[in-house]
Amino acid sequence: MKRKKRIHSVIFHVGTCALGFLMIYPLLWLLASSFKSNDTMFHNAFSLIPEKWDIVTNYSSGFAGVGGQPFTTFLFNTVFVTVIGTVGCVFVSLLAAYAFTRIKFWGSNFWFGCVMMTMMIPAQIMVVPQYIILKKLNLVDTRIALILPWFFGGAFFIFLMTQFFRGIPKELDEAAEIDGCGKFAILFRVLVPVVKPAIVTSSIFAFYWIWQDFFQPLIFMSSPEKYTISLALNMYLDPNSYNNYGGLFAMSVISLVPVIAFFIIFQKYLVDGIAMDGIKG
Amino acid sequence: MKKKRVKTVYKRHDNIIGYTLLAPWLFGFLLMWLIPSIISIYYSFTDFNLLNTPSFIGISNYVRAFTKDAKFVKALGVTFTYVLVLVPLRLSFALFVAMLLNKKHRFLGLYRTLYYVPSIIGGSIAVSVVWKQIFGNNGVVMSLLAVFGIEQKLSLIGNPKTALGVIILMGIWQFGSSMLIFLSALKQIPYSLYESAMVDGAKPRQTFFKITLPLLTPTIFFNLILQIINGFRVFTESYVVTDGGPMDSTLSYILYLYRRAFTYFDMGYSCALAWILVAIIAVFTVILFKTQNGWVHYEAED
Repeated sequence: MKRKKRIHSVIFHVGTCALGFLMIYPLLWLLASSFKSNDTMFHNAFSLIPEKWDIVTNYSSGFAGVGGQPFTTFLFNTVFVTVIGTVGCVFVSLLAAYAFTRIKFWGSNFWFGCVMMTMMIPAQIMVVPQYIILKKLNLVDTRIALILPWFFGGAFFIFLMTQFFRGIPKELDEAAEIDGCGKFAILFRVLVPVVKPAIVTSSIFAFYWIWQDFFQPLIFMSSPEKYTISLALNMYLDPNSYNNYGGLFAMSVISLVPVIAFFIIFQKYLVDGIAMDGIKG
Repeated sequence: MKKKRVKTVYKRHDNIIGYTLLAPWLFGFLLMWLIPSIISIYYSFTDFNLLNTPSFIGISNYVRAFTKDAKFVKALGVTFTYVLVLVPLRLSFALFVAMLLNKKHRFLGLYRTLYYVPSIIGGSIAVSVVWKQIFGNNGVVMSLLAVFGIEQKLSLIGNPKTALGVIILMGIWQFGSSMLIFLSALKQIPYSLYESAMVDGAKPRQTFFKITLPLLTPTIFFNLILQIINGFRVFTESYVVTDGGPMDSTLSYILYLYRRAFTYFDMGYSCALAWILVAIIAVFTVILFKTQNGWVHYEAED
């Protein structure tokens, strides 16, 4: 019996490790390829060990940039858009979620229905009219065009935070109200510390989505000096403007570093956030 | 479930605070959703091409899509195939792995993390770059085949028969978030149910079909709807990895809409395409909700 259990355990670990390796292989491959020199890149392309190490050339040629812009420009643009967009998105979503769960106002159910509806409809289908509106407002090809849509909050985050607010006993608000707190003070002094996990989870997801967003920049941006990393990598990919796989892979690695780093640091929040959203939905 | 209509009395003060808090979202909803919807519906009945003054052409755009536009039919077919193959595969794979990880073993946290990473980075350009290189010419798959002495003329993404398969595989690879949702749902199932089943001599197969699966149906249902909607918005993969090709075999609906709008400036027509997609998603959602009484098992509320 004990022996059988041990065999089972070995099979389990071998299987899950093999699957884990397959899952992570594309990333390892990207990292390894960013260290391969361009002339040996496609020699035994599957290999994870560079035949000829060439770290400096790839990363320095990658950072030299494309389209007349150094890579740091794209990096700066992306950080700028992502940080401001994330803060705006989470703050506005927090206010909306608080209103939906804690304040009885006329039409709140209707508006919450609208939030859910926007979650069901792919945002891409609104792209033509949105483009025209932003063009009328003279915002096409500005960084504001990339930030503005996030400043109206996100349906997913409003939903996630309303779920969280609903789990917090109303007595907490009532006690604070008796102590003379207004609605805003209740939110910021009493509830924000309690819903912190939901705020962190939302912030990380918002960060991911804005950082990796490709569709919006593709449509709204046309001057390379305002490009985000996504668009820049797309330019690196075009063999007519850039023929350097080493640089492409090196900068792809750079684009993933913050994403992976945040994932490692905030793992717990992400896993819990996903779980919470799943059960209660 | 019918609710009795109770007249709620709203305090004026609460109304003011409520709308103040909601104002930024509300403003965005008007600017990014409501007004665009109205504009988009209007354009879908015109021949707008960004430069002309739009003139009303009735339902011609919609008629054109279904009767004269072979590419539209192709894109629709590709997207349907993508959604209908990917979603069941991804969900069943996610459930399978979740069940595997729902036992007591060491390093479970590590495995869970490894499997979740692709879902986090899946949408990024960098990952599409990698997939393009792995499955493309001179890529990993080709070089592996060459080692075994198999010479192929076309790479997997160069072959119209297999290209969509590569895109679908990329979607399955991102099964992690569904897996996490299943994992937390599995943990909600009381262990006592399994114990009593074991006492009654139930086989593992039976406990799966009689206990686990029925109790998971609400989670499966929720996942199914989200994944189907997500599937219809596939864009980056088919834009970066294959650029819709070869021979339009990976031309996704949104990619086609994008090209119509921003390559051909066929704005009126692409607005019509957008509304056709909304209608398709609505039909899918309604059908799923209609069938849910038949298979989704909700626990009685206590």
